[in-house]
Amino acid sequence: MKNFRKTGRGRIRRARLISFTFDDRQYQGFVGDTLASALLANGVHLIGRSFKYHRPRGFLGAGSEEANALVTFDRGPGRVTSNVRATTLELFDGLVAYSQNNYPNLKFDLGAINDIFSMMFPAGFYNKTFMWPKSFWDKVYEPVIRKLAGLGPAPTEADADHYASLYGHCEVLVVGAGPAGIAAALAASEKGDRVILADEQNELGGSLLSNPEARIDGQLAWQWLDKSLETLWLRKNVTLLSRTTVIGYYHDNFLGLVERLTDHQGDINPASPRECLHRIRAGKVILAAGAIERPLVFAGNDRPGVMLASAAQTYLNRYGVAVGDNVAVFTSHDSAYETAFDLSDAGVKISSIIDLRADVSEILLQQAHERGIAVLTGTVVCGTKGRLRITGVRVAKFQNQKVSNGTEHIACDCLLMTGGWTPSVHLFSHSKGSLKWQDDIGAAVPDMANENTLSVGACNGTFGLSAGLEEGSIAGGGGNPFRTEETEFGTGQTWQTLPTNRDPSRIKAFVDFQNDVTEKDINLAVLEGFKSIEHVKRYTTTGMATDQGKTSNLNAVQIASKAIQIPVQKIGLTTFRPPFTPTSFGALVGHRADDLFDVTRKTSIDGWADDNGAVFEPVSLWRRARYFPQGNEDMHAAVARECKATRNELGIFDASTLGKIEVVGPDAAKFMNLMYTNPWTMLAIGRCRYGLMLHEDGYIMDDGVIGRLADDRFHVTTTTGGAPRVLRMMEDYLQTEWPDLNVWLTSTTEQWAVIALNGPHARKLLEPFIDGIDLGPEAFPHMAVREGTIFGVETRLFRVSFSGELGFEINVPAHYGRALWEKLFNAGKAYGITPYGTETMHVLRAEKGYIIVGQDTDGTITPDDAGMSWAIGKKKPDFVGKRSLARADIQAPGRKQLVGLLTTDPNIVLEEGAQIVATPGQSVPMTMIGHVTSSYWSTTLNRSIALAVVKSGRAQTGSNIYVPMPEKTHEAKICATVFYDPKGERLNVV
Amino acid sequence: MVKYSAGSLFANALHGHKKWPKQWPDAAPKTSYDVIIVGAGGHGLGAAYYLAKKYGITNVAVIEKGWLGGGNTGRNTTIIRSNYLYDESARIYDHAVDLWDGLSQELNYNVMFSKRGVLMLAHSVHDVQSFQRHIHANRLNGVDNQWLSPEEAKAFCPPLDISPGARYPVMGAALQRRAGTARHDTVAWGYARAAAALGVDIIQNCAVTGIKRGTDGAVRGVETERGFIGANKIGVSAAGNSSVLMQMAGLRFPLESYPLQALVSEPVKPVMPCVVMSNSVHAYISQSDKGELVIGAGTDQYISYSQRGALHILEHTLASICEIFPIFKRMRMLRSWGGVVDVTPDRSPILGKTPVPGLYVNCGWGTGGFKATPGAGNLLAYTIARDEPHPINAPYTLERFKGGRLIDEAAAAAVAH
Amino acid sequence: MLLIKCPYCEEERPEIEFSYAGEAHIVRPTDPSKMDDTAWAEYLFIRDNTRGVHYERWYHIHGCARFFNAVRDTISDKFIMTYKMGLPRPADVEIAKVKE
Repeated sequence: MKNFRKTGRGRIRRARLISFTFDDRQYQGFVGDTLASALLANGVHLIGRSFKYHRPRGFLGAGSEEANALVTFDRGPGRVTSNVRATTLELFDGLVAYSQNNYPNLKFDLGAINDIFSMMFPAGFYNKTFMWPKSFWDKVYEPVIRKLAGLGPAPTEADADHYASLYGHCEVLVVGAGPAGIAAALAASEKGDRVILADEQNELGGSLLSNPEARIDGQLAWQWLDKSLETLWLRKNVTLLSRTTVIGYYHDNFLGLVERLTDHQGDINPASPRECLHRIRAGKVILAAGAIERPLVFAGNDRPGVMLASAAQTYLNRYGVAVGDNVAVFTSHDSAYETAFDLSDAGVKISSIIDLRADVSEILLQQAHERGIAVLTGTVVCGTKGRLRITGVRVAKFQNQKVSNGTEHIACDCLLMTGGWTPSVHLFSHSKGSLKWQDDIGAAVPDMANENTLSVGACNGTFGLSAGLEEGSIAGGGGNPFRTEETEFGTGQTWQTLPTNRDPSRIKAFVDFQNDVTEKDINLAVLEGFKSIEHVKRYTTTGMATDQGKTSNLNAVQIASKAIQIPVQKIGLTTFRPPFTPTSFGALVGHRADDLFDVTRKTSIDGWADDNGAVFEPVSLWRRARYFPQGNEDMHAAVARECKATRNELGIFDASTLGKIEVVGPDAAKFMNLMYTNPWTMLAIGRCRYGLMLHEDGYIMDDGVIGRLADDRFHVTTTTGGAPRVLRMMEDYLQTEWPDLNVWLTSTTEQWAVIALNGPHARKLLEPFIDGIDLGPEAFPHMAVREGTIFGVETRLFRVSFSGELGFEINVPAHYGRALWEKLFNAGKAYGITPYGTETMHVLRAEKGYIIVGQDTDGTITPDDAGMSWAIGKKKPDFVGKRSLARADIQAPGRKQLVGLLTTDPNIVLEEGAQIVATPGQSVPMTMIGHVTSSYWSTTLNRSIALAVVKSGRAQTGSNIYVPMPEKTHEAKICATVFYDPKGERLNVV
Repeated sequence: MVKYSAGSLFANALHGHKKWPKQWPDAAPKTSYDVIIVGAGGHGLGAAYYLAKKYGITNVAVIEKGWLGGGNTGRNTTIIRSNYLYDESARIYDHAVDLWDGLSQELNYNVMFSKRGVLMLAHSVHDVQSFQRHIHANRLNGVDNQWLSPEEAKAFCPPLDISPGARYPVMGAALQRRAGTARHDTVAWGYARAAAALGVDIIQNCAVTGIKRGTDGAVRGVETERGFIGANKIGVSAAGNSSVLMQMAGLRFPLESYPLQALVSEPVKPVMPCVVMSNSVHAYISQSDKGELVIGAGTDQYISYSQRGALHILEHTLASICEIFPIFKRMRMLRSWGGVVDVTPDRSPILGKTPVPGLYVNCGWGTGGFKATPGAGNLLAYTIARDEPHPINAPYTLERFKGGRLIDEAAAAAVAH
Repeated sequence: MLLIKCPYCEEERPEIEFSYAGEAHIVRPTDPSKMDDTAWAEYLFIRDNTRGVHYERWYHIHGCARFFNAVRDTISDKFIMTYKMGLPRPADVEIAKVKE
């Protein structure tokens, strides 16, 4: 294999050869190489196949703008990444990569048949076809289209790596560590401002890395670079971030940066995150993102070996690799000459420089002449030869806007092209800054900024080393201390499609390489009436590939502008959208994975439940014990046992997730009157009341038992999921509508652990351990609250019941929760104590007809719908939601009302959510009059029970309704919502 | 209108594709029309098409401030489904799905409606109850929607993680088989082409600056950047900008406009066979025919017309996606973007007449307007043509907010306990 | 992520500390029972949804827990000013001055 490495050039470390594998073939390269440079050093140009036509493709560029060289980077199970640019993939010993989108292999790809029939696949062809016969779309066309889709393989296993993130703050963020960016960072950091300098490449230096001959302050570029970076490195106020891409520029100078930490390392330290997301808030942002060279649009411009000139310069000067033995250069810009001269000076034969322009600077011509390079001015490339690698070009004279018919063949194994330069205004556009068209460079540059940002250097349309250094330094708050010696950057022309002497309809001149968009596609879009550049983009998919049009956008705009006959200034650009380059989902997920994704809230008693075999269920952010199976019990058996034990003996339940809010202050009762439907003024100290809270629109929002501990103090409980929104609504009204009320609100959900004891033995268990509270039935009646101690620990003891049995809810400071639970559990064994979970809690409450907000109500249920008009303080002039209850449709007859249901067959447990109809045997669509909200097997009653909402349900008590299920229609009778102990006698067992 | 087919494609290929006619002419505004539709998204263009096609009104202009299909039509995640709970919702969305099926043939434009199925994941007992309620209601309404066990869901969508130890375990799923996706841009283009062929004028880059009303209060036409255009019937179908247009007619609406983001990954080989939605975890995902994962993100919390969303919204979205699909964590985000969605208090649309005679409105579709495109277009056309709502959109009045007869799908599904 | 100045904390803090709380200066009627359905619906649901200068409320939920008012341009998302709850709506001239 021939070696294209040039001695004495490049920044690679030649001390040790390392091996890597591409498409199962082993090659060698050096540390400091990219996969691209190492393959080129081995003479490999063929790297991939295009998306649509499967045309063979080589390296277009040398950086993140690359359109063609996408590979699959395989680091083993859970570490396979598709669509990685070979031009940015750093080489390490043992690296493995594969080409994509070809079958059976890269050199012989069956998909290339698309290229032969490409006339059938112009832009938008799929809009016009695949419609007949209709059924074929689902069964034939679409499945085939989908099968052909995609570039790299989809992942098959979970990511083996993890990711990190952090926040950062600085006075100045500099994006891009080329000369302009470094100059900006030097100046900005001098005064002590915190400066972050970020660059996407593995080395800081930008264009200087490819331009070692330039001189700054009398030093060679790389010396100056080393010295400048050292200066920055030593300043404590400077953070240098290499391998860090600024992905997006968001509101108020907030930017996202992704730093790659391990993809370049041969050995992965599993403790290290793969990537880190830096979320930076910057006082000022200096954009020094550089410019991207633009391809020329001519027939066969996509052949492997056709490459941007700047890329060849980078491969030579940074990696010590010659891109060919016999290189032709095709340009409309002076900058390509420098590349040609560098290659020539390195001993590479330059077969010719083909310049579109008739007039070229005498100096350049002289310099070419000195090197013996033929320059063909006023000449155009009309075609290229070769299949898997370019072998030559056909050129013709281009004079007075005409291309002559005669063509000349020039042999070459590589063709470098330069069609001008496109400032990288991506981030400036993300920030919603406006752009203006600059005719002399044929590109858009930043105009009005929307954030505190400055663009400097090439991304601002300011080309050339000295101009960039000066602009950067001034933006950083400094002067211009630099003296430079450089080759003039020069000038050039930008073009649309290049003129040709061939039939334009028979050639393919590519604009977007990856998506296979040709200039014909763009012209077709315009022919068909697409006049907006956004339409052209979407119709042709130009600029929509994984490179987001970095090399293609401006050519597309200029071609469309010519076709539409609207000046390019007026046609505008398509919108740049974040991220700047494709960004791992993992980097944005960060730590929010596995156990840290929405951290589970657990009560202090959760551990005991876990130790004792509880099955859990997620309830809002909490997890709660659902039931406690013993032996081989299923949920049904466990719940039956738990219910029975609670009704007959004693059940213990962790109610700590209940939301709790302390409402305190002289106006507390007044405030409660406004927030809840119930009246609170007359509630005696030490008594509790069931509270119902509405949204201002009149629908039930939350409920809970509320105890009055003092004249000015209420202990409010809310539903498990409702606590934050209840507190928020309370704060909102208190602060904004009734700020004159003297009330304080405090969330105490996490302060208290709550243990509910329910069952006939509840008092007996509790009594010996309580101090300071008389538990006697008269002294401490149902719906009362007392403060005292239990086992010497302060407690708020509620006598309340959500089961219908004698019940207590013991609140103790949360960290005593588990200790208290264990003490009660151990002492309770004498009374047959049984722990129960949410499922039993649901059954017990349903037997008593107690609703669960969110299950029996759904955000469209009023108090009256729920049968709870009794909870409304009739004499209160106002409370949140009151006025809405008087609205016409809320007062109208026929609303759905909560009722009980008893199935005719007592063994049928209706499905929750099942729909109810008035008469059986209807055809679809049936007239639904309600649905089952809660439904259980009641062990206590030895039959099924259900709650439902039914239109005008209460008036139909005693009537039958029907529940049509797929297999059978069930019959049920409407009844009262209380199924068990309607008189409430069990609350008062002694 | 030249008929699109494989045959015409072949014939044109022989001519180097140089003879295709314009898909729609770029019309200059006439002085007046019978009907003006404001907003050339899928809904507005659909309304114009159906006015011409079904209701015989061809003297119609569609006026658009930017380029057609450039708003939410071209910015959404293209999910199409109709498994809604309430009768009113099921009817309006199922009407749309009926029209989606066959739309490519009707328009002679392949909108790529792909009935790949929409899978909605249940992650809690509450979700299960809620989904069962939907499924039963849908069954009795004749809308397809079926319950899948976690294993069945996994079989239908292999990348899904159904391990019981997950933070939000998959406890089952509701599957609507005839739901799916379509190619968003082509819907707008297909309607535009078909409407133009029937004589509708499509006027782009022509912002409406005022709505003129006569002394009787009725509309007379619109003021635009290109002058006054008369019409006695105006239909506004302007999504995020509906409030602004309604104010031009002196109406204040129960709407708020929020930024909504979406993103796509780089294209990879087929891996997601269907659409998956998880309301609890906030994840909405499918894979396009090109191979990109198409992912819906949440809205930002504040009102905005900037079409610009925040990074932390994307972070949360991708965390949710990777929670349900851990294998996607190494995939890469290619492009993210924002739209402006107009949301009503009950998250259902307003589609019908307004208090101003001759002014009709179609707005408030929130995050779900794309799926309704053909239905909303047809119903708006019907309402304009007959000056009365179709029975399907009759409940979607502005007045419902006064009386309280809301159509609140979210309230019916979302309240946790 | 917006940068928001809490008028109580007198500090600029990132948006994730705050919760948006809807349009500002919508006063709950002192006697809702005297209002007809139309006026009540107006209070409940009708919003300016302004494209441009918008008066809105924010809640410093992960900070001082105070609700406050803000004026923000909904086209650029830029805050023009924030001010304490209870202060009157700033006059247009005042806003124009700050925007300068």
